[in-house]
Amino acid sequence: MGTIVELSGVNKVYGTNHVVKDLNITVNEGEFLTLLGSSGCGKTTTLRMIAGFEEPTSGSIKVEGESIEEKEPFERNVNTVFQTYALFPHKTIFDNIAYGLKMKKVPKAEIKERVLEMMDMVQLTGFENRYPSQLSGGQKQRVAIARALINRPRVLLLDEPLGALDLKLRKQMQLELKRLQKKLNITFIYVTHDQEEALTMSDRIAIMHDGVVDQLASPTDIYEKPATRFVATFIGETNTYDGCVTSMKDGIANVTLENGAVKVKCDDSFSILEYATISVRPEKMRFDSKPHEGFELVAVVKDYIYVGSILKCIVSLPNGNELKIERLAGQDLPEIGSRIYPYWNPEDGVLIHNDSYKIFKALDDIKLA
Amino acid sequence: MKKARKEKANKRLSIVFCSMVYLFLFLPIFVVIANSFNATTSKPYLSWKGFTFDWYIKLWSNSALLGSFGNTIFIAVASTVLSTIIGTLGAVGIYRYKFKGKGIINGLLYIPVVIPEIVIGIALLTIFSNTNIPRGMLTLILSHVSFSVPYVIFNVRARLSGYDKSIEEASMDLGANRVVTFFEITLPVLAPGIAGGALLAFTLSIDDVIISYFVNGQTKTYPLKVMESIKSGVSPDVNALSTLVLIGTIGLVFLTQSGIGSGKHKKI
Amino acid sequence: MAKRISNHEFKSNTMPAIVTVGPVAILSLFLVVAPLALVAIMSFCQTDEFYNVVYKFTAINYSKLLSPDYIKIYGQSLLIALITTVLCVLIGYPFAYVIARTKSHKKKLFYMLVIIPFWTNSLIRIYGWRTFLGSSGWLNMLLLNLGLVDEPVEFLYKTGTTVLGMVYCFIPFMVLPLYTAIEKLDGSLLEASSDLGAKPYKTLFEVIIPLTSGGIFSGCIMVFIPCLGYFFVSNILGGGNTDMIGNLIERQFKSANNWPLGAALSIILILVTLILVKIYQNLGGDMDSLGV
Repeated sequence: MGTIVELSGVNKVYGTNHVVKDLNITVNEGEFLTLLGSSGCGKTTTLRMIAGFEEPTSGSIKVEGESIEEKEPFERNVNTVFQTYALFPHKTIFDNIAYGLKMKKVPKAEIKERVLEMMDMVQLTGFENRYPSQLSGGQKQRVAIARALINRPRVLLLDEPLGALDLKLRKQMQLELKRLQKKLNITFIYVTHDQEEALTMSDRIAIMHDGVVDQLASPTDIYEKPATRFVATFIGETNTYDGCVTSMKDGIANVTLENGAVKVKCDDSFSILEYATISVRPEKMRFDSKPHEGFELVAVVKDYIYVGSILKCIVSLPNGNELKIERLAGQDLPEIGSRIYPYWNPEDGVLIHNDSYKIFKALDDIKLA
Repeated sequence: MKKARKEKANKRLSIVFCSMVYLFLFLPIFVVIANSFNATTSKPYLSWKGFTFDWYIKLWSNSALLGSFGNTIFIAVASTVLSTIIGTLGAVGIYRYKFKGKGIINGLLYIPVVIPEIVIGIALLTIFSNTNIPRGMLTLILSHVSFSVPYVIFNVRARLSGYDKSIEEASMDLGANRVVTFFEITLPVLAPGIAGGALLAFTLSIDDVIISYFVNGQTKTYPLKVMESIKSGVSPDVNALSTLVLIGTIGLVFLTQSGIGSGKHKKI
Repeated sequence: MAKRISNHEFKSNTMPAIVTVGPVAILSLFLVVAPLALVAIMSFCQTDEFYNVVYKFTAINYSKLLSPDYIKIYGQSLLIALITTVLCVLIGYPFAYVIARTKSHKKKLFYMLVIIPFWTNSLIRIYGWRTFLGSSGWLNMLLLNLGLVDEPVEFLYKTGTTVLGMVYCFIPFMVLPLYTAIEKLDGSLLEASSDLGAKPYKTLFEVIIPLTSGGIFSGCIMVFIPCLGYFFVSNILGGGNTDMIGNLIERQFKSANNWPLGAALSIILILVTLILVKIYQNLGGDMDSLGV
């Protein structure tokens, strides 16, 4: 599996607004990579720079090993599915899909054959002579995808392509897109703000935040081993604890918190006395009526919320922070207001370097020097 | 019951009122048409002397009148073509690109629209006489272009404001360069706005009296010919020509209207 | 690196901007800015004995503007333009309202019927009024034959006739923006107003007029300002008794050959225009609705 798209040191500045900061991403051939982040994080700008609609302020973008910043959008072997679909309102569905081939001066007969084949693939047979205004949202979506895919691009860029569809159609299109991608073996770079969409479809996810990629990893790793506090809180629900590593032994660290002390799995990158954040998913949290070995954490039950087969316990720590703990419904539960002792299997917690700690450390280094 | 009666009265009142306004609008046109059949031969051709088709025959030997009408058509076509091209390019450029002086150009566009025509007329006369450009066909066309361009720009711009720019990006993304994109995508989508602008430019040019009056030199347009003859009384062959033009334009509009109706699939 | 890329930007954007906007810019410069600047300069010049413009500074033209004869004409111009505008609103608004809100399938035809008169040259139509109203005209013929009058009534050469001609020329400029504004009006707002207990006339003043005020303002601007310069209407129908600023300017350029004085008069007209447009903008008027 070779590299197909490579962004190195890419920056984009609009006036005083630094939208994309020193971005380095490598996309592998045939993979489904998602740029995930909330609006304004720079994901769409990144995509538009790959497509050629925006020029990077600095840095280089390579597709198949070749620098493409100097190339116009129409010279690049990548195609885009637009958020608004951008179908040509004055052309029929057939002419919309045929557009790219017409530009390449492909013979008419071949255009016809390929367009009809593509229309079949996206289940639009029979719509050749309709105009975009006569289609539903989902159909327009298929046309936009067909129009881009018919050019057999090496890379397909998708900018929130399902954003305008209703939930049910979105779920269905997610599966269909994934199927198309596997079938055609084209690299997809997909932009979305919908974390569930990213988790279900992607081979890898790049979580963007404030113009930087916080983590680029598989959906499982993103969920189970978040690299930053932002990633941990952005994807799914989690409980976070800030504390200081007091000792480490056999890959388990003891961490002292404001309200007590806990244990968590860790690796060599941490050091004693480092300030760090622990993230534990609600479903990994446990509690007991008496203190658990290695954990000095006390909480009071505030509320229970039933979510189908799952029960969410909201408990609060002495400093007022609330934790969420999930349990299977139907179990015996302590009364609201009673005292409990939360804990978790040290393997289930994730220790995350704390950015603010890095700053303190850098300041210390400067002072020492 | 009372309510229904009141509504009916209201409706009748509004029909009467509107009919009177339409009568007001069309009365002089009826006069013009009627007078084209007036058999009178004495100036100022005002009193009714019976019905005749003579003026429609005499019209064809009035070469000065026909010539002025030809000038009007030629100037209208030339200035419409020029102002449509300049205006369309300008509207797209102003909408799309950032450049210094954009605000100034934008503001300048409103000048020919809001300032009374007579001021534009004397200003153009002044510049042409100061730069020794001989007044005639050329200055007429230039002047008509100058007051038509803003209208074309406004029309095209109205179309652009509801325009999804990403369709152009999509075109480039699919391998079309800027020129191909302009002709394949931008132009067809803007076409209704451009056509509206062109129609307006043509109408303004054909009807223009005041500005032409100052910059025409020896070249007479149809309205100027009419103006010239007003002092001595407009002869009914002018009315005959006006009647023919009116019938022609109404016919043309009905043709294109029904054409647009059948071209429903072009709906955007 | 950054430099190379910004060069690329240069390559990709400046050329299209020049190609597209260049012609408009050149046109505006030579056929709008330069002529008006020249008029402004000329308004401070004199003429020699052969009526040629001598480019030597003087303020004499502006002092001439203050002569009582001229001031009377300014007053007359403003009065005629004002009456014309008011009449256009009073007639045009209910008319536009009826045709914009009709549910008849002939709505499009009603709209076209407002535009069709435009296709006959305005001079000819104004002359049509003269034919109709003249002392040996058709209206008098009718009145005499009906025995309503004993001798022809002189309708022409009165302020009223000029106003009639002006209203006739400009009423479509009032009706069309009003039509657009009224047609856009959301019918459910009227229902809501009535539902909340407003009588029809209350709805008119509380909802309909405020929501269509943009159309009224732009219609007024499009009637009042050009009205000041339409010299041929008062020439044909007013017969020199109802001169307006436009007639004064026309005379300086066409017969009196005092271009500098005509230029100074034009400057007045420009200033009036600018003031009115400024007021229009301050009232929240949209410049673009003046162009249609």
